[in-house]
Amino acid sequence: MAQTKAKDDEASQQAAPQVEALNLELAAQVREELGDERLVAMLRDMLLLRRFEEYAGRAYQRRKIKGFCHLYIGQEAVGVGSMAALTDADKIVSHYREHGHALARGMDPNAVMAELFGKATGCTGGKGGSMHLFDAEKGFLGGWGIVGGQIALAGGVAFSQKYRDEDAACLCFLGDGAVHQGIVHETLNMASLWDLPLITIVENNRYAMGTSIERVAAVTELAKKSEPYNIVGETVDGQDIFAVYDAIKRARKRAVEEGRPTWLDVLTYRYRGHSMTDPAPYRTKEEVEEEQDLRDPIARMSNWMVSEGILTEDKVGELDDEVTQISKDAMAFADESDFPDPSVLTEDVYVEWPWDIE
Amino acid sequence: MREIAFRDALNEALAEEMERDESVFLMGEEVANYNGAYKVSKGLLDKFGPRRVVDTPIVELGFAGIGVGAAMGGLKPVIEMMTFNFAILALDQIVNHAAKLRYMSNGQLSCPLVMRGAAGAGGSLASQHSQSLEQQYAHIPGLKVMMPATPYDAKGMLKTAIRDPDPVIFIESEVMYGMNGEVPEEEYLIEMGKGDIKREGADCTIVTWSRAVHWSLQAAEIAAEQGIDVEVIDLRTVRPFDKEIIAESVKKTNRVIVVEEAWPMASVGASVAEWIGRELFDWLDAPVGRVHQRDIPMPYAYNLEPLSLPSAEKIAEAVKKACYR
Repeated sequence: MAQTKAKDDEASQQAAPQVEALNLELAAQVREELGDERLVAMLRDMLLLRRFEEYAGRAYQRRKIKGFCHLYIGQEAVGVGSMAALTDADKIVSHYREHGHALARGMDPNAVMAELFGKATGCTGGKGGSMHLFDAEKGFLGGWGIVGGQIALAGGVAFSQKYRDEDAACLCFLGDGAVHQGIVHETLNMASLWDLPLITIVENNRYAMGTSIERVAAVTELAKKSEPYNIVGETVDGQDIFAVYDAIKRARKRAVEEGRPTWLDVLTYRYRGHSMTDPAPYRTKEEVEEEQDLRDPIARMSNWMVSEGILTEDKVGELDDEVTQISKDAMAFADESDFPDPSVLTEDVYVEWPWDIE
Repeated sequence: MREIAFRDALNEALAEEMERDESVFLMGEEVANYNGAYKVSKGLLDKFGPRRVVDTPIVELGFAGIGVGAAMGGLKPVIEMMTFNFAILALDQIVNHAAKLRYMSNGQLSCPLVMRGAAGAGGSLASQHSQSLEQQYAHIPGLKVMMPATPYDAKGMLKTAIRDPDPVIFIESEVMYGMNGEVPEEEYLIEMGKGDIKREGADCTIVTWSRAVHWSLQAAEIAAEQGIDVEVIDLRTVRPFDKEIIAESVKKTNRVIVVEEAWPMASVGASVAEWIGRELFDWLDAPVGRVHQRDIPMPYAYNLEPLSLPSAEKIAEAVKKACYR
């Protein structure tokens, strides 16, 4: 995937880089458990996330989307793999790079794209935008924009799940940059102390905006951060969808059956900059290409599925065409939708002060 | 005179003060290798090295506290908050620690720290990234709050802030970083607490600061077409604010509007309006007018955002009202 065209002669004579294989044993085990149809749906979802975001990126360049826009491209296996291990009763609390989580949770692509466009048909009626997607019915309790702040919310959701003795867990996404915030450690301590069904995924894409993890973490093995709180911590290959699925499934079991939280350091990579305005000069072209060529999560899954005979390359192409059309349709839907009526400005909030000129 | 951008004026102020005083250093998220989220610190790492231009983890409370301690240890930290929305996390160190240092040590210690960064609304960044929170700092005894509106002011004011012996909160409107303006090559300082008349006029005074200065100047043009001559005063420092410049102007115009980007309740504008109403009562021919953001979190939709913010039209309307027109 994503080969660059402009390679010099010498390079073009070399063999194409080999995409790394998945953990085959685990892949076979998950196949056995979920069945081929589910696996095809998961691959389709990853393709949807990618195509949707490519269109979102273009819409941003055409200034159809404003504000900040943080693309998830490259991290699809984390979103899709984790959602596949949850039930409808579970809740999700996310950060500002959450388009992929929202789609993987099954939110309507039209409503997500319309929200990015700031339209009334968006999933928060145009009030939230890219960083603040919500769908309460789907248990998607927000993208939040303050780094790390959302983990306490997720802890509180998990508290309510335990309080009502629900058969459910709360999944919280945060980035590697958020790990050092005080609120993260305060929440982990309480989650452990009170046996909360909180599953935390650190989407470790190695860069907190433009700063590499080595430059901000005194201990870069982030799984260890849970040790002082007596919480199980694991490192997970985030570019292997089955590894993510398996880790979340076990974490969910631990949460629901034992009431114990889990902390996962999920190693992934974002192909684009931190946001649409970031050209990402802080990392080398070689590094990005290596990630794309060797560990692309979609290529790894589809290669394996084709080799296993679960589907053909043509079928992968068909899935890709289908989700491309869905993404295009979402763009058209968003574009054709109306902006919110000015009357909604003061809805859903206590307003004390009139606008009348004083 | 040469024209440079607001961000470059700030950059020059930092570079000059770091050059001048070895104890000045810059610390914050992305300030070094990335050259600053808004490129205010561009080139400073190359010039001054990693000892004096320090990248931090994303831990606003922690590095604000390190800054306060470094000030106690005799340094002059400039702490960059990527945005003042994130600086809310650092409030404990700033309010409970930095602001109290001189008072509680009975003058034995001071805290010559500058906390600076972006604030305000900036083009559909939605509720968590579009806030004008100067009131949080202006409320606290022990803190000074500066908010420049032009590249010229930005440079002279930041140099003053860095030399000040007390903690200074220096708030930069996010949308102004690219704004160009005249900045002289030679060194100059702008006094703490000194306002500036950005436009002279005889009929009505607008008191404002930061980005709202520009809305107000546009409003003055609209009012001029209607035959109303507006004076625009830029407070520049909102704590302490320049009472003298307001009094002089109101004694001349007898009418005043206070304009701010922030929310109305318990705001800087509320305090300024209250002071004018009380101290200049005899000079007023109309109630003190106010224009401010609507009393709601900022919506994302880009047709809604401007409806929440003040505008030249809204300010001109307030001017007309104060003039009973």
